[in-house]
Amino acid sequence: MAFGAIAGVVALASLGVVAFNNAIRSALCLVLTFFLLAVLYFTLNAQFLGIIQIVVYTGAIMVLFLFVIMLLNLGGINAVMQKRDPKIIFGGVLGFALFSLVAAQVLLPLQGVTTVRAPDDFGKPEYLGSALFSNYVWPFELASILLLIGIVGSILLAKRRILSPAMDALNAEDAERGVGE
Amino acid sequence: MFTCGVVGVIVRRNPIVIFMCIELMLNAVNLTFLSFARYQYVLPTGSPADVKNQIQQTAINGQIMVIFVMAVAAAEVAVGLGIIMAIFRLRDNVDLDELNLLKG
Repeated sequence: MAFGAIAGVVALASLGVVAFNNAIRSALCLVLTFFLLAVLYFTLNAQFLGIIQIVVYTGAIMVLFLFVIMLLNLGGINAVMQKRDPKIIFGGVLGFALFSLVAAQVLLPLQGVTTVRAPDDFGKPEYLGSALFSNYVWPFELASILLLIGIVGSILLAKRRILSPAMDALNAEDAERGVGE
Repeated sequence: MFTCGVVGVIVRRNPIVIFMCIELMLNAVNLTFLSFARYQYVLPTGSPADVKNQIQQTAINGQIMVIFVMAVAAAEVAVGLGIIMAIFRLRDNVDLDELNLLKG
């Protein structure tokens, strides 16, 4: 019952992410969605993942989004406004088709599945940690390498001047083009 | 939620909002994984001990999948926003329909 109510608000908030013209309002709808999803994870007895959702998604990713929106000043009145009508209609039709396709496949076999079959310590950190370090060590290490690549990549993308004499041609071209104000 | 994300990616022109719709899709998938891991629509196909092991495996599988999807999403957000900022430094507007830098 609580799941249904919270899930309804989540659906409305995700519609809000798509529908608002202002980018900041979309971002705030997304924050609401993530927070409600964390509450849903708590009702699903996955406490560790609920906390991780709040910390990682709401606390880090959405903050990053809001920083970038406000840095690039994309939420104002002179922001990118929706003026392409045929694409909206096409997108709506496609969305409805996709929704009916997914719902037809997923909703019918799942009528009345209400018996919780997972063990009771489903979401405890010890349970997850022991599985993560015993059965899933390979994906764990690969995920850490992926995060390292992401860090290096984003630092490289944000760099303005590469300080070395061998890069003088690159720096001169950068200065001429006006990058790095 | 997933369908909202897909429609958003198609319809919106602001690349940051498109990015947010991608995150919405990833979160929808997370929720699906967790619900399936908890309510476990498994077909009992063996001895009771086997089924119990299968159920525990599925519960753990769902959560591990969610953890890795979150990690991948975090890395992807960092790199993607870096790309958007780099593009925006080059040309002062971020209208997606005018981004034809790769056009031959």
